[in-house]
Amino acid sequence: MTDITPHQDQASGHGNTPARLGYSPVADIPHKPRATDTDPKAARRAERQVATMFLLSMLMVVLFIVAYFGIDKDTIIYFPVLGEVGASNVALGLTMGLAILLIGTAAIQWAKKLMPDVEVVQQRHDMVSPKRDALEAQANYERGKEESGFARFPLIRRTLLGALVLFPIPLVVMLRDLWTPKPGTEGKSPADILSTTLWTGGLRIVSDGTYAPVRPEDLPVGGLISAVPIDLKEVEELEENLNARGKAAIILVRMEPDEIRAQQGEGWDYQGILAYSKICTHVGCPIALYEQRTHHLLCPCHQSTFDLADAGNVVFGPAARRMPQLPIGVDEEGYLVAMSDFAEPVGPSFWERG
Amino acid sequence: MTTTSPVEQVGGATATYVDERVGSNKFLSRNLGKVFPDHWSFMLGEIALYSFIVVLLTGVFLTLWFKPSMAEVVYEGSYIPLNGIKMSEAYESALNISFDVRGGLLLRQMHHWSALIFIAAMAVHMFRVFFTGAFRKPREFNWLIGVGLTTFGLLAGFSGYSLPDDLLSGTGLQIARGIVQAVPVIGTWAAFLLFDGEFPGTEFISRLYGVHILLIPGLILALVTVHLMLVWTQKHTQFPGPGRTNDNVVGYPLLPVYMAKAGGFFFIVFGIIALVGGLVTINPIWIFGPYMPDQVSAGSQPDWYIGFLDGALRVMPNIESVIFGWTISWNIFIPALVVPGILFTALGLYPFIEAWVTGDKREHNLLDRPRNAPTRTAFGMMAISFYVLLWVGGANDIIAVAFDLSINSIIWFLRVTLFVIPPIVFLVTRRTCLGLQRRDREKLLHGYESGRVLRLPHGEFIEVHQPLNEKDMAVITAKIDYTPIPAPDKADVDGVRNKNYRAQMLRHRLSEFFYGVNVPKPSAAEIEAGQHHAAHDAAVEAPLHDYEDADQIQNFHGGVLHHPGMAETNAEQVEQR
Amino acid sequence: MKFLAARRRSPLVASALLIGALGVVGGGYAALGAVQPAEAVMAVGTETQVEAGKQLYLEGCSSCHGLQGQGGQTGPTLVGVGAAAVHFQVSTGRMPMAAPGAQAPAGEAVYSDEDIAAMAAYVATLGPGPAIPTAEQISYADADEAYGGELFRINCAQCHQAAGQGGALTQGKYAPSLMEATPQVIYEAMLTGPQNMPVFADTQLPTEDKQAIISYVMGLQEAPSPGGMNLGRFGPVTEGVFLATAIFAALIAAAVWIGMKSR
Repeated sequence: MTDITPHQDQASGHGNTPARLGYSPVADIPHKPRATDTDPKAARRAERQVATMFLLSMLMVVLFIVAYFGIDKDTIIYFPVLGEVGASNVALGLTMGLAILLIGTAAIQWAKKLMPDVEVVQQRHDMVSPKRDALEAQANYERGKEESGFARFPLIRRTLLGALVLFPIPLVVMLRDLWTPKPGTEGKSPADILSTTLWTGGLRIVSDGTYAPVRPEDLPVGGLISAVPIDLKEVEELEENLNARGKAAIILVRMEPDEIRAQQGEGWDYQGILAYSKICTHVGCPIALYEQRTHHLLCPCHQSTFDLADAGNVVFGPAARRMPQLPIGVDEEGYLVAMSDFAEPVGPSFWERG
Repeated sequence: MTTTSPVEQVGGATATYVDERVGSNKFLSRNLGKVFPDHWSFMLGEIALYSFIVVLLTGVFLTLWFKPSMAEVVYEGSYIPLNGIKMSEAYESALNISFDVRGGLLLRQMHHWSALIFIAAMAVHMFRVFFTGAFRKPREFNWLIGVGLTTFGLLAGFSGYSLPDDLLSGTGLQIARGIVQAVPVIGTWAAFLLFDGEFPGTEFISRLYGVHILLIPGLILALVTVHLMLVWTQKHTQFPGPGRTNDNVVGYPLLPVYMAKAGGFFFIVFGIIALVGGLVTINPIWIFGPYMPDQVSAGSQPDWYIGFLDGALRVMPNIESVIFGWTISWNIFIPALVVPGILFTALGLYPFIEAWVTGDKREHNLLDRPRNAPTRTAFGMMAISFYVLLWVGGANDIIAVAFDLSINSIIWFLRVTLFVIPPIVFLVTRRTCLGLQRRDREKLLHGYESGRVLRLPHGEFIEVHQPLNEKDMAVITAKIDYTPIPAPDKADVDGVRNKNYRAQMLRHRLSEFFYGVNVPKPSAAEIEAGQHHAAHDAAVEAPLHDYEDADQIQNFHGGVLHHPGMAETNAEQVEQR
Repeated sequence: MKFLAARRRSPLVASALLIGALGVVGGGYAALGAVQPAEAVMAVGTETQVEAGKQLYLEGCSSCHGLQGQGGQTGPTLVGVGAAAVHFQVSTGRMPMAAPGAQAPAGEAVYSDEDIAAMAAYVATLGPGPAIPTAEQISYADADEAYGGELFRINCAQCHQAAGQGGALTQGKYAPSLMEATPQVIYEAMLTGPQNMPVFADTQLPTEDKQAIISYVMGLQEAPSPGGMNLGRFGPVTEGVFLATAIFAALIAAAVWIGMKSR
């Protein structure tokens, strides 16, 4: 039922027009009445539908509160399709979701069935302002420019520009201490810090997770151990961060000595045991995906593949540099140790790398 | 005048009170009846807006429990498989929200799902705006704002899912840092400034928090406000149709219909998000474990909207140069910085490029059907195909496992198709648009094929063509035949050489390319004749529809029914043929 | 010859034989054993079991692995793989390998448990290798699940994925899903390093640690999804697919419904 009075609409926004009613004229488009327009029973049914949805929504809110306080957060329940799920989460989501959704569907049904669906029309106007406004703005600008003397005082102009350009600089400068060097690294550039790790000659290699030192006999051919330096735990406690781990993590693999086609240094292996950095030289993901038979190391992030039997050279993927190798040997007690730090920086490339 | 209820009386008094202070009645008088066009594709932007509101709301709730600190703690909460494990406070608080705060997991999941929906809706909305040419004058600023919103949306999402400091998102942060580090000249310094030294450091999560909950939402809110204000004052565009011109808006008034529909849709979007948050798991951080810089999971991917960057990184060949001891990592620089840089810049500049190429300075409030702008549509599809291929690349290991393929083959396949498929898509799309334009022209000239075949008395078979109804007529005839910019003269009438000849010639050529594929609309006379012709067919067939009696239809011999009452009429019609 | 035969009943003969046998075994060990895993055990199968196993081997395995298990063009050597490897490969249906390919996929076991035990006993005689883990070794009731999770994330997740759903290796190979694996099979896999999986011997990853990992994997298998339907636990990829399909279908359906003319 529409009682919109067609009313001549004028362009909006221009002061001299008389007051208009807030209606828009009915568009000149044939309108097919809906069932709810002609049949009062249909209209009442639609009204009932809308009201029912609002009522259900309210019911859902009550159920939400019941579920929130009533269902233990650890309860697991089985639903077909969903599987074994958390009862609380499902119940809260269902009730809250339906409570909100039903308001929406009710409002839409109300609009579609019971509000007028007669299309109305409004005129547009060009976005450009009337010429008069442009001229007035121009005139005001000219006046302001003249009165400020901006054009007449080049000295003021230039020094103003200088001051305005310079004043934000303190804000930028203060960002410098986003990085405050940690004890032991004062005076070092980022490139210097990136180029060294915790490893030094004689530092024992321990298995990550168990922190047990490794004997060569413990590692069979085809074996893989994720390893870290023996003092890593202390360093982490001291520095209260995981930075050292991020550079010093290595993997130990073992192959038959005659399977090693090339290494990064003479005798850097120990009886077929090789130590390589665990940090991908592409963008830094840790790699421990070692294919025992092909001797390939595959990074899960972007599929860079390194051949550990061939000096860690890249065989596929976006990494440009080989995986750095750590020279190893054994100490007097027969445990595996590093012979020195890496000969090249580990991890992703950087400008100063050389 | 109906009697006002007590509520309305209070409302009226309030309106007066407010008006006396801010002059609000002027706004209300003009805008309560504001007309909004009604098409489902106009609601895509609304999906983005409403999901953003839900993101904000659920986000505020999450801030009540989340602790953005990388300090190390030992977990002692409800989730047994992580009991006694060392982790950051951020991760622990996220676990706490998931397992020890009732409704916490629902909030987390709603927040994450609505973030995904927000960005997806922005993308789909952007496609709609692009393919219908809604970015043309006067709406270029809104397009730019939209590109900005998409960018901030990506940053908001990335910063958000990295906050819980779990193994999956931490890997993403590590990659982001590797990308920053590889930037020439300033890379190492930038990385160290961002992370307060090496990775992972102890500061980054708390820094990211400020960015994620304050800086970016603030920027998005500001841009969304301007975006909506522009839509309000410029009025929404509309599809061509009966009664719709470039100078009006046809639709429904704000009060009550549009308010009910838009408001209702808000509740629907909100409700769907809550339902999905309760029924479908997203980002189960407890499975991934706390972030450790020397651990990683197979099948690590970023959220879908960063997937294209990950894919670009995967398919890029490993090119790196060392020049005088300085390293330039093309293998990182190009996919992570150059490709998105080009994509987003091209996206942002597109309306201005198209305007320059076409020389079109008119205001456009009627939307283009995509088929009527074949070159634009083809460009869009080409860009989308490029994006989709990169996106597929980002999931290559999951695809390999799911479909029993080799990751190496997938990467090689993508390396080739990335350059082969987009041009093919461009050509195919353009030709498809041309074909659709031809179909439209046929419809104008001959009516549309009804699929009913009639046999005339003299034996000829015809397919009955039905004249177009008013709606289709309005839609198809709204097409504008643009003319390309004419070629410039080398010199003007006085023989003075044209200094801008080259630029103008380029513009002319591009304009020809842009408008080159076009099936011109038939003239008004031809259309009239065509519809008339089609009306004939319908008239010939009309008698058939009068008959519902099966017996009589059995007497049917071709296009003329032999029925006593109809003899005269049929004879007439046969004559006219 | 007459000299030896005449003295064959002498009391010194037994001692001499024993010393000689020990010398041979010990010397052989010293020569071959430098890089053998410490827990290598000579299979103690009964003679009939070994015989039965040998028959089964000759029928079903020798065409690829050679008549004496020495390997061939299509199959690697089985000398030193141990009983554990046999049980792993055959009980998971990977062996006999139905068709050539990048990797042997798991499937229905072709042989019965007894047959597998027999074949394992036979292969164990070919050379010292890892034995089938005992019930005690694979019991995980007392294991620390959380510690197992840490070890899992260090040693296993990079191939098998954090939720044990499996992952891609190069050239079409893959690390399989762990959702159907039994404790015994998990232990054996770690012990023997099947195909391209690295070896995690008991000397580098002790039994208690393996039990912890098994406990964690069993936990993963039984884990419910507190957040609702899990989309395969593959991470953002499946979540994105769900978004693009189900969620957007619902949202667009709602938008279309709103815009539709009501009848």
